Amino acid sequence: MRKRETASAKTRRFISNTIVHVCLAVLAVIWLFPIFWVILTSFRAEKGSYVSSFFPKSYTLDNYKRLFTDTTILNFPQMFMNTLIIAIFCAVISSFFVLSVSYCMSRLRFKMRKPFMNLAMVLGLFPGFMSMIAVYYILKAIGLSEGSMIRVALILVYTGGSGAGFYIAKGFFDTIPKALDEAAYLDGATKFQVFTKVTIPLSKPIIVYTILTSFMAPWLDFIFAKVICRADAKYYTVSIGLWKMLEKEYIDSWYTCFAAGAVCVSIPIAILFIAMQNMYVEGMAGAVKG
Amino acid sequence: MSKIAEKLGMKKRVNYFETPYTFRNAMKEGSSDVKISMAVLGFANIKNKQIAKGLLFLVIELAYLYYMFTNGFHCIAMLPSLGTREAEKVWNEAKGIYEYTAGDNSILILLYGVVTVAITLVFAVFWKSTVCSGYKAEYLKARGMRVSTFVEDVKDLFNKNLHKLLMFLPFTGICVFTILPLIYMITMAFTNYSKEGNHLLLFDWVGFENFARVLNFGGKIGKEFWSVLGWTIIWAVFATGLNYIFGMILGIVINRKGTRFKAFWRFCFVLSIAVPQFVSLLIMRTCLQPQGAINVLLQNAGLTDHALPFLTDATWARVTVIVINCWVGIPYTLLQVTGILQNIPAELYESARVDGANAFITFFKITLPYMLFVTLPYLITQFTGNVNNFNVIFLLSGGAPTPVGSTSGKTDLLVTWLYKLTIDQQYYNLGAVIGILTFVVLAIVALSTYRNTGAYKNEEEFM
Repeated sequence: MRKRETASAKTRRFISNTIVHVCLAVLAVIWLFPIFWVILTSFRAEKGSYVSSFFPKSYTLDNYKRLFTDTTILNFPQMFMNTLIIAIFCAVISSFFVLSVSYCMSRLRFKMRKPFMNLAMVLGLFPGFMSMIAVYYILKAIGLSEGSMIRVALILVYTGGSGAGFYIAKGFFDTIPKALDEAAYLDGATKFQVFTKVTIPLSKPIIVYTILTSFMAPWLDFIFAKVICRADAKYYTVSIGLWKMLEKEYIDSWYTCFAAGAVCVSIPIAILFIAMQNMYVEGMAGAVKG
Repeated sequence: MSKIAEKLGMKKRVNYFETPYTFRNAMKEGSSDVKISMAVLGFANIKNKQIAKGLLFLVIELAYLYYMFTNGFHCIAMLPSLGTREAEKVWNEAKGIYEYTAGDNSILILLYGVVTVAITLVFAVFWKSTVCSGYKAEYLKARGMRVSTFVEDVKDLFNKNLHKLLMFLPFTGICVFTILPLIYMITMAFTNYSKEGNHLLLFDWVGFENFARVLNFGGKIGKEFWSVLGWTIIWAVFATGLNYIFGMILGIVINRKGTRFKAFWRFCFVLSIAVPQFVSLLIMRTCLQPQGAINVLLQNAGLTDHALPFLTDATWARVTVIVINCWVGIPYTLLQVTGILQNIPAELYESARVDGANAFITFFKITLPYMLFVTLPYLITQFTGNVNNFNVIFLLSGGAPTPVGSTSGKTDLLVTWLYKLTIDQQYYNLGAVIGILTFVVLAIVALSTYRNTGAYKNEEEFM
């Protein structure tokens, strides 16, 4: 009696496990389908967005070659460089802003602290680019909307408001034991020294996380770049370039190149993202263990 | 009064930062030096041996006054009318051609006006703090205490006043690139700045007229507004709710005891968010077109005989964007909840099993309430994020399908409609109104819930 019960429980468990794994496999396929699709398309030899079969009829590397050599209409290498330069500046400036503000919010006590936190929360409720037009006019008024100043303008736009996004780093700093700070103060350290010599060295995961997120922002943003660059194709970032390739006049000849470009942008971003994920998890776990 | 406040649950505010050097004390007890330094900034500081500091104050005051007399007053004076001179054709006798005189440009007048008002407000705050600083120097000197030197003040920036040093640049950035543009945009809501009636160059204040137009049920814009608002809320509720529940179920399924290769499954789903959103969304958009890959493949497989209107029929499009958003959002939820799910005490599940509850009941009676309790702030952020979810709608459907003669499409959210109204159609005033109304909707939802969550209330008391 008892044995049969365990046997039937075993089969039941086996069946439910099988169902779960099959479901997970199906879901994983659905989730990975677009990625798989774009990789296939980037090697597709037939041009145009119209396809008649899932797998390409013949494979080629020409799409990648054309993406990096055909610079007459859509200059992808230049877009790539533009984005890279902007991203590097963003990473440095935004990280500095975010880390300073987070440290102040977490460790220093001053009159404007709570009001500032409330302000940051309220600002977060406005639609992000509601002010976009206004920012554009402000940049125009200080002469940053033309020519090579567009790059400076984009850097300013991406970094300007970054100080308001301090929540995650503040949460991390909150986990560093205050006793460490107090010990340093007893040894005669100033607050600045505590910040640079105690807090920063203990915060590697969150620093890497902050740098990576701010580095990725210009690669992922589409709308700010579009409003600020307008028609000036010389200063396009990759996201506008890829968007352009799918416009009606380009899609037929550029669709497969778009896929190649998408792969080129996605691979570094995906690697950074997965690296960042580990840092994020580590950061959430707190600074000093035990 | 205080009793009412207590009943409302408000605590009496305790000011931990009280000093005797307040502005009121400076007015009441400051000597004539302090009073003079209200007009000549830094006078009291200079008198009390803080010469460098006092001179610095004075220089800033002079710079402000110089700006105001050369530009500032003119800018403010132009604000009420926002400019009246139109660009005119003038016959130039000498050259024998028509020349255009530069007319007023209201948008610039408004910008300079707003900036000047902002500078004046900043200066007012600065002015108040210099008076207090002068009074402090005098106060300390009168009581025979040390008055800090300029070098000491600079050193203090790295110690006692570190927050001023660290916050200065980030805060300036926020002011210039977030707050100032917002104020500027908000002022636009009260003007007739739009292509209607040729008001792109010269426009005037119209008070609350735009708000009345947008909120009016009867008008054309009003009807669009209420239907877009309705869809925005439906979208936000579904997008947030479905992502949350399905993400959690996925998390539970991956974490359950019998599942193998947990890390592999998680990696599969995380990989889909590692790809930039605009890439995956643009691919989906091309695949979902009537002539796109999915339709072609379905037809070739003989599953349908005509193209499915994924993004061309209103109802189809609405369902499609919600489903695609699940594709985008579920992995995020999975990442967020995995850790928390493991923290749910196992005893709860065991006792539920003893009581004979099945998986379904356990989920709705144990997992969901526990998760809701812990992740409410996250859920609210998600909700506001979805109301403002520009990317998914703009890149996927672009708001389409758009009825003829309408400014908004059937899948347009308030934000994407705002984008269309301003960038494409140049109804800047209506765009600004919609931005403000979006904020109001979000503020009501967020503040009423967020402020009541534990995470906000217990953000550690002062230590």
